[in-house]
Order: sequence, then structure tokens, then C-alpha cells
Amino acid sequence: METAYNYKEVMSRPERLAPGHRMCAGCGGTVAVRAVLRALHPEDRAVIGNATGCLEVSTFMYPYTAYEDSYIHNAFENAGATMSGVETAYRVLRKKGKIGENYKFITFGGDGGTYDIGFQSLSGAMERGHDMVYVCYDNGAYMNTGTQRSSATPQFADTTTTPAGEVSSGKVQVRKDLTAVMAEHHIPYAAQTTFTGNFRDLHTKAEKAIYTPGAAFLNVMSPCPRGWGYEPAELMQICRLAVESCYWPLYEVVDGKWILSYEPKNKLPVEDFLRSQKRFKHLFTPGGEELIAQFQAEVDKRWEELKKKCGA
Amino acid sequence: MAIRERLSGNEAVAYAIRQINPDVMPAFPITPSTEIPQYVANYIANGKVDTEFIHVESEHSAMSAAIGACAAGARAVTATSSCGMALMWEELYVAASDRLPIVLALVNRALSGPININADHSDSMGARDTGWIQIYAESNQEVYDNFLQAYPIAEHEAVHLPVMICQDGFITSHGVENILLAEDDRVKEFVGEYCPAHYLLNEKEPMALGPYAVSNYYMETKRGQREAMENARQVILEVAERFEKMTGRKYGFFEEYRMEDAEYVIVIIGSAAGTCRAAVDRIREVSGKKAGLLKIRVFRPFPEKELAEALKDKKAVAVLDRSEMFSATGGPLGTEVRSALYGVKSQAEVVNYFYGLGGRDITVEDFEEVYVKLEELAQTRVVKDMYAYIGLREK
Repeated sequence: METAYNYKEVMSRPERLAPGHRMCAGCGGTVAVRAVLRALHPEDRAVIGNATGCLEVSTFMYPYTAYEDSYIHNAFENAGATMSGVETAYRVLRKKGKIGENYKFITFGGDGGTYDIGFQSLSGAMERGHDMVYVCYDNGAYMNTGTQRSSATPQFADTTTTPAGEVSSGKVQVRKDLTAVMAEHHIPYAAQTTFTGNFRDLHTKAEKAIYTPGAAFLNVMSPCPRGWGYEPAELMQICRLAVESCYWPLYEVVDGKWILSYEPKNKLPVEDFLRSQKRFKHLFTPGGEELIAQFQAEVDKRWEELKKKCGA
Repeated sequence: MAIRERLSGNEAVAYAIRQINPDVMPAFPITPSTEIPQYVANYIANGKVDTEFIHVESEHSAMSAAIGACAAGARAVTATSSCGMALMWEELYVAASDRLPIVLALVNRALSGPININADHSDSMGARDTGWIQIYAESNQEVYDNFLQAYPIAEHEAVHLPVMICQDGFITSHGVENILLAEDDRVKEFVGEYCPAHYLLNEKEPMALGPYAVSNYYMETKRGQREAMENARQVILEVAERFEKMTGRKYGFFEEYRMEDAEYVIVIIGSAAGTCRAAVDRIREVSGKKAGLLKIRVFRPFPEKELAEALKDKKAVAVLDRSEMFSATGGPLGTEVRSALYGVKSQAEVVNYFYGLGGRDITVEDFEEVYVKLEELAQTRVVKDMYAYIGLREK
């Protein structure tokens, strides 16, 4: 199942998301999709699903599709249920001898379509154990409609519905820990990842998610240059800071066993991650120290909890 | 030889589903349609069908999964009622615009609020603009027969639209009646295999479905749906003809009862037509007055031309609606019948009544009273109330 990671081989696989789509330069979502699809074994076929969002409206604008594989978009809140129908159809048609080839089922949703409006549909699909992977490209807000807060938006982020102002410090609440919630569905595989160095972490997790029989959930932090406020070239640096500060820890839950994928040698202050983005710029004005400390305390608390779960 | 049985409407639909043996059934329970997925689950548990059941967590997911399954190349079915269908609303439009021949067994029930579990047509009438073909039944026999005809209509290459097979909650769905069932092998032959030209799991050619269509393309998709709906008229009649050859039972867009010489006509949909038929017989027997009944079977596509032809020379017509639409001018059936008659410059007087909302009973006497009022109307030619109720407590 899991093969040793060969960077050169993996990166030279044919693209399954063709260039020419309309996603922004520096968008993490596109990087996530390409990386996940690279984990498909080239001989396997796939049906790609998609919740409504930036990805959908930019990759399948009639009459052009950017996908080499079959693709279905239905609506915003039902990517999980839609793919569960496709996967079930596959099982029946295969049993009836109408399909001979191997198909894999991967559906993508942003955090709006996954953490919020599509949460019920996702939960149902995972609970039923369909042989599919749900990939959340988490950019921490409703980016397609112009950066409104979601339950994945970090505390204090300046969004268009939680603007920082004279009496507001941005989003009030802390973010929902969806990866943990999905792991608690007792599915065979759940993991959290993002873009690191040579993409080994994302690739191996995507491969495990796709090739583990049953339901799998993959949460990929996928920064958004417009919503977060960074230059396209800084994408990898932001991901590195998120991981090194333990804001976005890399881990997986395999058959109920929590495994930490990476532990920074020198945990960076989360301030370094926050400073790199315009959405937190109000935290770096007088009086912001306390809010940054509060943010740090939340990161530390979650990191300690995670380490305990992972026995690290 | 047909099989003689006694079944409820829900049992009859489940029996038809067993015979058709569809590939995928996502469904969520809601009164009064719950029994349909229960019966199918039993068929599955006992190896009577190959159908895969998806235990979805809501009706929105039921229709979403049906869309996924049908797009993948499978024959999909679901069942629901009332608020369950309201929760599917968005997906009804998607199914129709994606041109997916899904069949929905709808057991008509009033929409909330207040919450009410009994028959009226507010659920399906509210969905009349979603792009689904809608076929209604008076009896268990009709709902069974309509269900068998659903896939051949939906999957016809000139149509490719989803079909809603409607029956009245409890009255039809739970009432047990004598029924004639076709043999399994004949049903199998009649319904045939689902062989779509394009589908997600086609190994020879990938497919992408559900695009973002900007204003340069959206309008043409709607035009395409309209063409399919127009084509459905002919296909519905062809399938009915084929069905008649199999069973001897004849179906059209609507059924006319003692209409040849009728002067006063009630137009109605669903189970109450049986009660109305009894009133027509009694009136003709007692007073010799020429009462008639026109029972709509196909509401989408709307059989405007044929309906106008059948009604245009009548003296007075009462159109009975079992759902409100709050235009404050009438109900959905009333509005469309009147509009159809306007097109042929009919002189018939037309009134609209509301009856049976939330399952309120309607009796033979109630219908007799409507015919009396129609006679008055034909004489006075003065419509006192275009928007009247039957059986409403005024105090």
C-alpha cells in the first residue's frame, strides 16, 4: 500500500488537474488538489467531487474542465453525500459486472463547505464508511464570497464579517478542531497536513487516505493570499511558520491511534506566524500583546493535548 | 395473468421498486412515506433485490446521493414527503438541470407550519417549477402503474428528466385496496436496463458534471430543460400505450369521467377524485343534471392544449386545489386551468376552491354542493368568490 516516497518520481507524474484553471497565483487550494491527486497511482481511475467554492467555480467553468478524471460538483453543503452516492453506484455496478476498472473517490471542499454548511453531509458520509476520501482545503474563511469568517477562522482574524475596528479585535471565537472531530467518528484514517519541504508529509498522508479501505478524512491547511494577506511567493514560508509554531500540527489518526508526524525542535512563537499576514496586523499595534499572548496560550493548550493523545 | 393482491399505496410502490430492482436507494424516514424505504430495506435484507441502500442523515443528502449515484451511471430511487421534500428543494433543481432520470416516490403531505402529517399537495405543488415531471394517482392501482411507467419516461433519450410519482398521504399510502400486479418478468422487460450515454464511471470517456455556467451559457440549459419537458408529453403517451398493451389499463394526461355531455365539471388531482366520481353518479341519477369530472394525472408537463379542449365548451368549471400558493388569487391548479382556457377563448365560467388542506375530509355531499353552485354560476354568470373554501370552519 504505502510506498517509499520518491520525490522525483512523484513530482514527474502526469498532472491530473490541468493548467489553465482560474485559481489565484499563490493559492494553497490548487497546490493541495494537485498534491493529493499525485498520490493516486497512475493506473487508477478516480471520480473527483467538489463542494461549491473557489475551486469549483475556477476549475469547471462551462464548457471547460481542468480535471483529467471524471468530476462532479453538486452544491455547497453536500459534497460528502454526493460522493457517497457515486461510491455506492460503483459498488453496485461493479458487482453487476458493468465496471472492470479500479476507481477511487476523492472529494474536495473548502472549510466553509466542510466545517460549516457541509458538516452534516460529511459526518453522514464518514459514519456510513463509504470508501472515499474527503479532503478539506482549509483556508480559514469563506474565501469565494470574499473572506467571511467560518468556524475554521482563527481567533482575532480580521475578516469581512468580523472586521477589526475600534471596538473589535476580529473574530471572537477560537477555531473548530475538525480533524479531531472527524477522528472521533472512528474512521480508519484521518490526518492533518499542509505544504512542507518536499511534500512528503502531504503525499504519504494522501496516499494512505486514498488507499485505506473505508472512509478517510484529510485536512490540508491551504493559505489564501487574498484572505490572509501575503505575497504569492510567501506561501511555503507561511506554511512552515504554521507548522514550526505548532499552530497547525502535522498528525494522523490510524485506526484510532494518534500519531504525531512532526515535532519541531525549537517551537517558534506563534507571533512569527501571525506577523506574516495582514489579517492579524491589528494585533501588532499597541495593546495587541495581550491578544497575541492569548492566541499563544490557545496554541500551547492544543499542542499539549495533541501530544498527550499521541503519547509524545 | 396479472396477480390479484391487496396492498396499501406504500406497499404497492415498494413492490414496484422490488420488481424494477434499482441500483441505489438513498432515503430518510418521514411520515407518511417511511414505509417505502422500510419495505425496500426488508427486500434487501432478504436478498430479493440488488439495490444498495444509503442510510443518509437527511433528505437533502438523500437527493444529493441520488444525484451522485445517477450521475455515476446507476438507476436511483428515493422516497419522501412534505418537509423532507422541502429540505431537498435545492437538489430538485440540480437533479433536473443535470438531466438525471431519478425517480422520487412522493407521498403528499402538508408542509409545516403548523406541523401536520396528513394529505395535501403543498409539497409537490411547491416543487412544480423545479423541472421535474409530476404524475399523480387517485388509487393504489394508479400509483403502482405510474411508478412502473416512471423510468421509461425519465430515461427516454428525448427526455432525461427526473420524475415524481405522487400519491396522497395516508388516504392512498396507508389505505389497503385490491390491486392488480404485473408479473416480475414482464415488468423487467417493460422497464428495461438503464444505459446512459454519458456517466461518471464510463471507462471509455470521463465526464464532468455540475459546471459553473456564466450568463453566456445558463439560459440555454433552461431552454434545453424546456425542450425535454415538451418532449415528455409524447413520451408519456407512448409509454402509457406500451403499458396498456402489457396490462390493459389505459392512461393519458388526465382522466375524463362522464364528460361527453357534461355541462358542470370539477377538475381535481389525487384521491378525492373517487369521492367526486360518486357525487357525479348520484347527481346524474337523482336529478339528471349533467355533472362531469376531469382528474389530472400529469401536472408537469402541463397538458394545456388537451385540457382546454376538454373544458372549453362546458358551462361552468370548478377547479379544486389541495394546496395554497398565497397569491391571494387562487391555487396552482386553478391558475393554470384558467390560463389554459383563456388561450382558447372559452366562455366557460371558472371558479377555484380550496379543499382538504392538512388532510381535512371532503365528502360526496361537499362535491354535490359544488355542482349546485356551478349550476347557479352558469345561470347568473356572476362569480361571487373566485377563491372559496370547502369544509372551512368560518367561526
